Amino acid sequence: MTNWLIKGARPYGGDAVDILVENGTIAAIGESLSATGAEVIQASGLVALPGLVDLHTHLREPGREDAETVETGSRAAALGGFTAVHAMANTDPVADTAGVVEQVWRLGEQAGLVDVVPVGAVTVGLKGERLAELGAMADSAARVRVFSDDGHCVSDPALMRRALEYVKAFDGVVAQHAEEPRLTTGAQMHEGDRSSRLGLAGWPAAAEEAIIARDVLLAGHVGARLHVCHVSTAGSVEILRWAKGRGVQVTAEVSPHHLLLTDACAEGYDPVFKVNPPLRTDVDVEAVRLGLADGTIDAVATDHAPHAVEDKESEWAQARPGMLGLEQALSVVIETMVDTGLLDWRGVADRMSVRPAAIGRLAGLGDRSQGRPLAPGEPANLLLLDPATRATVDPAALASRSRNSPYAGRELPGRVVATFLRGEATVLDGKAVR
Amino acid sequence: MKRHLLEAADLDRADATLVLDTAGQIDQALAGREVKKLPTLRGRAVVNLFYEDSTRTRISFELAAKRLSADVINFSAKGSSVSKGESLKDTALTLEAMGSDAIVVRHGSSGAPHRLATWVRGSVVNAGDGTHEHPTQALLDAFTIRQRLGRLEGVRVAIVGDVLHSRVARSNVRLLHTLGAEVTLVAPPTLLPVGVGSWPAEVSYDLDAVLPKADVVMMLRVQAERMNASFFPSAREYSRRYGLDARRMGVLADDAIVMHPGPMNRGMEIAAEVADSVRSTIVEQVSNGVSVRMAVLYLLLGGSPA
Repeated sequence: MTNWLIKGARPYGGDAVDILVENGTIAAIGESLSATGAEVIQASGLVALPGLVDLHTHLREPGREDAETVETGSRAAALGGFTAVHAMANTDPVADTAGVVEQVWRLGEQAGLVDVVPVGAVTVGLKGERLAELGAMADSAARVRVFSDDGHCVSDPALMRRALEYVKAFDGVVAQHAEEPRLTTGAQMHEGDRSSRLGLAGWPAAAEEAIIARDVLLAGHVGARLHVCHVSTAGSVEILRWAKGRGVQVTAEVSPHHLLLTDACAEGYDPVFKVNPPLRTDVDVEAVRLGLADGTIDAVATDHAPHAVEDKESEWAQARPGMLGLEQALSVVIETMVDTGLLDWRGVADRMSVRPAAIGRLAGLGDRSQGRPLAPGEPANLLLLDPATRATVDPAALASRSRNSPYAGRELPGRVVATFLRGEATVLDGKAVR
Repeated sequence: MKRHLLEAADLDRADATLVLDTAGQIDQALAGREVKKLPTLRGRAVVNLFYEDSTRTRISFELAAKRLSADVINFSAKGSSVSKGESLKDTALTLEAMGSDAIVVRHGSSGAPHRLATWVRGSVVNAGDGTHEHPTQALLDAFTIRQRLGRLEGVRVAIVGDVLHSRVARSNVRLLHTLGAEVTLVAPPTLLPVGVGSWPAEVSYDLDAVLPKADVVMMLRVQAERMNASFFPSAREYSRRYGLDARRMGVLADDAIVMHPGPMNRGMEIAAEVADSVRSTIVEQVSNGVSVRMAVLYLLLGGSPA
């Protein structure tokens, strides 16, 4: 195993120091370190952050390997600075049994580029009718702790209550895709001025907020953990703030695209901008940024959703919802949160590594831990970032197998120069090692 | 004029007026002719690409293109492109490769003509897309109003009915506003889109309050599938509150006209005696549709003057 001496990096954007990585662990952090046999990386000017943890990734394997595989998605993640991703359950077959989650977990181990942490479905086949064998998935080699029917809402309130209660037995959490299905039948974009003009069926903010309000009440009632996926509206942030104030064990995530883009992108009907929940208004973008800044929203989660060309190169209504996110997530956070003064680098590490790892219960796994601080003795999961470089996003240059990036042609700041997973370089000089 | 006609907002006041004036000139040029045909678009190919059944709009476009001596190809692709198997893009590229100069497209999905316009070099004319727009319907409506009332500036138009799902309403609101008319939308609140407040139109829930001040009453078709989705309690209640019957027609100003884009539900949104009255422009709208669509094709394809 290669040992690394990283010279002159700035942990959390602080003073330049050297970081010595030995045997997969951060051995020392300090000035003028030296080590014989270690490979030296000149990192002056680069910010060092703990490896990012994504709570919400669609890797599409098994079932849609034409759109993404565990390996290609892992590579995209590593290039984005991630060392762990939670693989969503809406594969084909659905990840609703121990067998499927173990398969995904093993594919992740084989790829070896990030820790692939399977998410288990809450209900059999994502149908929202009866609970999947949540305990079997929790006890499997995949060690599932996050359960989600993402793509579908667990809309039956009694079933949601039972799921919240049941996963307490193994310290699990239900990650809810908050979408009242009766209010969003046929919905295509955020319901408001633009949808009225574009003639696209509206997805009202209230359809998200109503479910979040219901679920925080349920979680509070049964004393269970609730996680809210891809919060997109100002009203949702308010409800979460209220619930947290009352001591409800609720956490929430926001996707990069909801931090940056608005429903104005739907003008022109290019389905690359179709996503669920939909892009919202300027007011909502401002609210989720402030919610992320003050911690009401705990984490940035990519909702990386690769789609084959034919599933996007169509009429808006026929296109599948979802957009790529892994490779640009950190850049979008820099643009929307760091450059605006809303978060410092410690804040970025908190929202993109520490808290998501805590929600997924990944921080206490010994040398397999994620979301740990940059400190001697910790697993060497880290990234080196050039925050100043700006580059224009070229979908053709992405490592993802798909090309549906909403940032195509957009200039964004920040370049991940290197990523290390337990001391193994997965990215060097901004390129995937393998 | 822009290269495509995708929505009413593609036309500024000068463009829209040019289309109406051109339609009028075409009418004059054809009046009294034995052979109702102009040689303007000889050798040009116009494709009618219809993903929805719409006999009247397709025939109107077909006749318009034929009267301009264009070659017309009718491509009927019922159902969505996805269920049919071939994508909209592949269909578009196929038609383009066959040498089409213009594609007239009717599609059940809002924005389909916009997508089409990004894939082809020829002109795209929106003949109705989902619940978005139907710009040539708005042009023929404006033409009809101007023909009957002699002006558009300051004309008070009430558009009544299912505004939420109506592409006719969206195009008319935009175009009539561009041309200086004053539009009031009248509907139960369930059939108005959230966001209608941003449209250049007044909104009312009370048809009886609006009618005495209207110069034009445009009735929209109420689709049968709305009946069972709680947009309103029953067809009878809808008809009582928002239908145009003989009693309501009685409160209209003397020269006010009644329009309907068709096909009508007689007895639902419009009573038979209203549809068949002298105020009704429904038949004129159909014949004006051909002239206006001729003008659109002529201006977009830049044929030499007749």
